[in-house]
Amino acid sequence: MKEENQHTILKTHNLSIGYQTKKEKTAVASNINIELHSGELIGLVGANGIGKSTLLRTLTNVQSPLDGSIHINEKPLETYSNIELAKALSLVLTESVMSKNLSVFELIALGRQPYTNWVGNLTEADINIINTALNETNLSDIKHKKCYELSDGQLQKVMIARALAQDTKLIILDEPTTHLDMYHKAYILRLLQKLAKDTNKTILFSSHEIDLAIQLCDKLIVMSEDIVVSDTPKKLIERGTFDSLFPKDFITFDKTTNSFKIIQ
Amino acid sequence: MLFCFFANISLGSVSISFKDIFNALLGISDNYIIQNYRLPKAFTAIIVGSGLGISGLLMQTLFRNPLAGPFVLGISSGASLGVAIVVMGSSLFGGSVALLLASKWSLVIASSLGSFLVLLAVMLVSAKVRDTMAILIIGLMFASITAAIVSVLSYFASAEQLQQYIFWGFGSLGNLSWNELLVLSSICFIGIVLSVASIKALNTLLLGENYAKSLGLNIKKSRMLIIIATSLLAGTITAFAGPIAFIGLAIPHITRQVFNTSNHKVLIPAVVLFGAIILLICDSIAQLPASDYFLPINAITSIIGAPVVIWLLVRKRKMVF
Repeated sequence: MKEENQHTILKTHNLSIGYQTKKEKTAVASNINIELHSGELIGLVGANGIGKSTLLRTLTNVQSPLDGSIHINEKPLETYSNIELAKALSLVLTESVMSKNLSVFELIALGRQPYTNWVGNLTEADINIINTALNETNLSDIKHKKCYELSDGQLQKVMIARALAQDTKLIILDEPTTHLDMYHKAYILRLLQKLAKDTNKTILFSSHEIDLAIQLCDKLIVMSEDIVVSDTPKKLIERGTFDSLFPKDFITFDKTTNSFKIIQ
Repeated sequence: MLFCFFANISLGSVSISFKDIFNALLGISDNYIIQNYRLPKAFTAIIVGSGLGISGLLMQTLFRNPLAGPFVLGISSGASLGVAIVVMGSSLFGGSVALLLASKWSLVIASSLGSFLVLLAVMLVSAKVRDTMAILIIGLMFASITAAIVSVLSYFASAEQLQQYIFWGFGSLGNLSWNELLVLSSICFIGIVLSVASIKALNTLLLGENYAKSLGLNIKKSRMLIIIATSLLAGTITAFAGPIAFIGLAIPHITRQVFNTSNHKVLIPAVVLFGAIILLICDSIAQLPASDYFLPINAITSIIGAPVVIWLLVRKRKMVF
């Protein structure tokens, strides 16, 4: 990609994340310096409990950082109002949608909420954006189906389409591939890769599918006990970052096949 | 709805023909029963039906719970506590006060005051918790506390007082003068305006609170608006008509099943219409056409409403929400 297209969408500087009570601060991870550009697909990987969710919650302003700064579109995160942030950043969460009685179209249309008037009427422009989101995710055929009729894989695509309709430069997904079979895991991640390329959006997702992420992502953020690194998958493999991800006497990373092996 | 409206006015212990109704409404002839009795009652049924339906819908969406109704915030339990204190607690203050207190307006004031105080307590405790589900449980707990106090009061009450309290609990759409109707309808109108203003927030909440937040919705503000609308509607209606059961729970379900949508832009007007129609029908049945008896409106709403909801669910085989 050409250098001038690479706008910095998200940047953190010496970010420290964790939990804060009145008495003390409990840091989960610190010194996080990441920089995400437009058109990039970024995977966030790490063992369970290492702080992936905490990092995502901090980046999406659900909880405040302990230290350091976050800039989205070169503007400090804490200066965003609710609506401004909704126009800059959209989410796909692990929780299931409360009302499955919505049709696919209606659900995706809710992505336009930050832009619509007080009663939520859709303008022609809104409907065009929704239809584009439907086409990009191949959902046009089932747009009148109710959400309770859909499979998990289809539902995940609908949630991605909803995030697209929100028309933000940055999309963050929390474990978008859980509950899905091998094929649909690969399918969803391929779709994200294609969307990042076609729409020039920045897409950040957390995942346990490290094998797939290595193959598809432009960049990986790897969280381990002591350090958070972010680089291209190739360089991370060369540096041996994945070797320290899990206990060495149990699982090792095989550089020839780019995959993890269980030690028998 | 118009048909139900006229049928409701027409049917009763004295049957009045449609022609007479039109004449009376258009001012051609005077009809005492229509002007002072049937017409206010029909209007009350319309307001109570739509108001309770709306507040039930608001609560079901806010709490993501199909079993929520207008009274989950402790409104009816607060009202019953207020009325119980006035009716049955009066023996504690002496007999002369009892006569003074037992008038119509004192019941209205007592139940408004009761629901307001219980609601205030629920809100104060709820402000400390972030989880919407916790508000639901806090409301239920306050309901049990008030129920306990009411049962203590009824233990010491005389049979006559107990009967008066139970009669209030049956609910009643009649007995409202035009002045009372004016107060009821203007407060309910404010409640419905607030509900309409919450349509967008309600639709966003269908995705769940976290998604709603990510779409830029101010959760606290919207939650407050929805709760105020519900309190205004359910609170005033309970004050004037007693704790009308079931309508608030059933109407939103019936409407959702019939229209097969969760979009509040459709649901809110539809619930107003259905609530009015169904309560008019229930009231027409309750006044037992061509007889001198009245059945308690609460019995009718449950007897008719519950089977309708069961039938709709069985037919569709799916709880849409």
